Amino acid sequence: MQFLEPDQGVIRRRKLILTGLNSVIDPAQIITDEDGRRAYETDALTAYKCMPLAVVLPRTTEEVAAVLRYCNENDVKVVARGAGTSLCGGALPSEDSIVVGVSKMNRVLDIDYDGRTARVEAGITNLAISSAVSPEGFFYAPDPSSQLACTLAGNLAMNSGGAHCLKYGVTTNNVLGVRLVTMEGEIVDIGGPQLDAEGYDLLGLIIGSEGQFGIITEATVRILKAAEGARPMMLGFDSAAKAGICVARIIGSGIIPVAIEFMDKPAIDVCEAFAKAGYPKDAEALLIVEVEGSEDEINERLHQVSEIARPLNPSSVIVADSEEQAARIWKGRKAAFGAIGQISDYLCMDGTIPLSALASVLEDIGRICNGYGLKVANIFHAGDGNLHPLIMYEANDREAAHKAELAGAEILKLCVEVGGCLSGEHGVGVEKRDLMHVQFSETDLALQMRIKTVFDPKWLMNAEKVFPLDVRHLNIADAAPDAADAAA
Amino acid sequence: MNDILKPATDWELQSMVKQLVAHNMSVELVGYGTKRAVGRPVNASAAITTSGIYGIAMYEPTELVMSARTGTPLSQIEVELAARGQMLAFEPIDLGPALGTYAGSQSIGSVFACNLSGPRRMLAGAARDHLIGVRGINGRAEKFQSGGRVMKNVTGIDVGRGLTGSWGTLAAMTEVTFKVQPIPEDTVTLVYGGLTDELAVELMCAGMTSPYEVSGTVHMTANVAARLLHDGLGNAGKSLTAIRIENFPRSVAYRKEKMKERLKVYGPPLELDQDESLKFWGEMRRLSCLSYSPQTYLWRISTSPKTAPKLINTIKRNMDNVETLYDWSGGLVWLEIPASADAGAADIRRALATHGGYATLIRADAEVREGVDVFQPMTPVVERLSRGLKTAFDPANIFNPGRMYATI
Repeated sequence: MQFLEPDQGVIRRRKLILTGLNSVIDPAQIITDEDGRRAYETDALTAYKCMPLAVVLPRTTEEVAAVLRYCNENDVKVVARGAGTSLCGGALPSEDSIVVGVSKMNRVLDIDYDGRTARVEAGITNLAISSAVSPEGFFYAPDPSSQLACTLAGNLAMNSGGAHCLKYGVTTNNVLGVRLVTMEGEIVDIGGPQLDAEGYDLLGLIIGSEGQFGIITEATVRILKAAEGARPMMLGFDSAAKAGICVARIIGSGIIPVAIEFMDKPAIDVCEAFAKAGYPKDAEALLIVEVEGSEDEINERLHQVSEIARPLNPSSVIVADSEEQAARIWKGRKAAFGAIGQISDYLCMDGTIPLSALASVLEDIGRICNGYGLKVANIFHAGDGNLHPLIMYEANDREAAHKAELAGAEILKLCVEVGGCLSGEHGVGVEKRDLMHVQFSETDLALQMRIKTVFDPKWLMNAEKVFPLDVRHLNIADAAPDAADAAA
Repeated sequence: MNDILKPATDWELQSMVKQLVAHNMSVELVGYGTKRAVGRPVNASAAITTSGIYGIAMYEPTELVMSARTGTPLSQIEVELAARGQMLAFEPIDLGPALGTYAGSQSIGSVFACNLSGPRRMLAGAARDHLIGVRGINGRAEKFQSGGRVMKNVTGIDVGRGLTGSWGTLAAMTEVTFKVQPIPEDTVTLVYGGLTDELAVELMCAGMTSPYEVSGTVHMTANVAARLLHDGLGNAGKSLTAIRIENFPRSVAYRKEKMKERLKVYGPPLELDQDESLKFWGEMRRLSCLSYSPQTYLWRISTSPKTAPKLINTIKRNMDNVETLYDWSGGLVWLEIPASADAGAADIRRALATHGGYATLIRADAEVREGVDVFQPMTPVVERLSRGLKTAFDPANIFNPGRMYATI
């Protein structure tokens, strides 16, 4: 992986910059020592590491603004960070950058149950939002597997999804407004408690911009009343193709479950060993289908799903018979990455494919990984086409690591070829940056970069991410002459 | 204005835009022109309609996704979807009747360009939430695309969503790809009569904060209700508040009883069955009870439910003969006012400044729309970002110049 040449001038000025930061924010919020900074040198994509100049952990929007204004005036790059759970290197610092973490800004500010909104600080964890409103029976819908640790700020940056977004949508569908600090240090409110904002959909552009447009310090999110109940069932099949057909038939019949998750045999084995949820070990492919409603509604829906599956001869049909079993089924699924991590290092891919391509794509993935002598387990948000092949390799073996990267790139290219995309919910970061050419033309990338330039004219925010290094000269020049130099 | 240009392909449209750029000419972009009367009057040297760029490019019912050329009539799309038991879950509203044009003649492109969502928006999300891919021509006469055909996609900047609600001022879209949903098997509507705005909002919020997935809540003044075509509801002589429940039949029966119990204090409701419900909510989608009249103007106000009655009371203190239709539990208010020189803009915007929210002037004479802010005025930073966005897409300002804001 190629990185931008760090600005030696900035690195040489480190002492001066630290003094400058001390003058705009309480020095207690700045981490400068090596041990302290080490905790921020990587994120959940641990293959890449880099020590930043310093780490700043502001407590207020105004402090964020002061830091960004200082960095902008002094041409210092900034990498925004939530909890550092990014799987694509979205929070990876560069040597010439300051990490600005929002984790200390984690309060719930206001809850309006009638309006079904909550205003929170962006450093709050995803799960803490739901926890704050659950006494009243509400929840915040997007549920990435890392929800215990990941911050809303990171979710907003990556437009995170989760297992239940088939029904409830992803982050961008569940956020109504943000308070954004621009690189110039301006504080601006975009959207608000209203369902429809006016003017250009700046919110839609900011969410998913991977920390490149500004730092979000507060957000107004939609909260929803939880259903009366929910229950998963498991359907085992002797082939992935049958599982794929089953998903198509469920959706084609007019039933939209809250979640339809797919696991292949290697994933089933690992998750069962971990969670003991009663996953059928004889199945080649497993579907977890969850529906919501009253006891009666759930029973009727699960019965309909069983009837749809029956002609496909499922090897097992298991309806969770207790809350405890339901919890275990989900625990196994949500812990899948961790469980596989216990037996091997792995690279987690995040492509999206049309459902109809599932069987052939899984076959091709097996072939690709086999070709590199690597094992793979597949987990798939089947309802929305988001595929997570986990390519297993030995991290200490450099050659194996390289092979895993090559296999991953081939898999993502395959996803795009069949009509899908490089990333369904993890983001591009550094990991998929150089693959952007596969999905976008230079014109498309230039347009996206021009939009980035509107928000960050000097290209100081998370500058190494998302856009391939070899297109950065394109069209930036005419959008903002200064920016071309900064990005070059 | 000169003749309307009608390209049939992306390439033709691109060539036309190229010529316009070369000759420094601006252009009014329209689909079928049903919403031309919304926004500040566009004074362009040419006009292009996307109505020649039509057809359904892809439809996968089992993946809940469709791609259509932007000039495809919405009515055609809804027929195709209904044939497979599916629909656009955000039930786009039709501004035709309110603007004095026809109902049922807008294009799918305009639905997304104007981000038009109906009552189900509260449950299912807005038009913007359903858009997953676009193709188009920007103001540099370049073809571009964003997103794709899969519903989860975080690859790169979400350019498509940035185009929703831009009223054709950023780019000419040629193809949109969007999510679709199954049509609910059954629908029931509970209608409560004679509630004040405050009580109605309370009732609607009580409905929305139940676990029964209410998919529509509207409240209208007695005078607006009197214009309903529905037999029985129209001549009740009182305000009406309606709650919609949709799902499979057994679930609807169960949820209806639960809901009636929950809302007992508001009096016994009238029940509309599936057929009557479809008619009633069809009227809501077409805003047929706010039809065009030269004597009145129409505003669309976006606020939070609890705020809505206070906001409307403040406006009413300064204005007589105001009629209202609350949608989204009060999060959206259609405000009909007597025609006046500034369309009540000063009073309305002052009330919004106090209570919070946004307002768009949907219907007023062209001279009025030229003189007042049709869209909500922006804060300085938002204005700078918006102008930058316009420049990123359309540096020569050729698409629908001045339609949203005089300065952009």
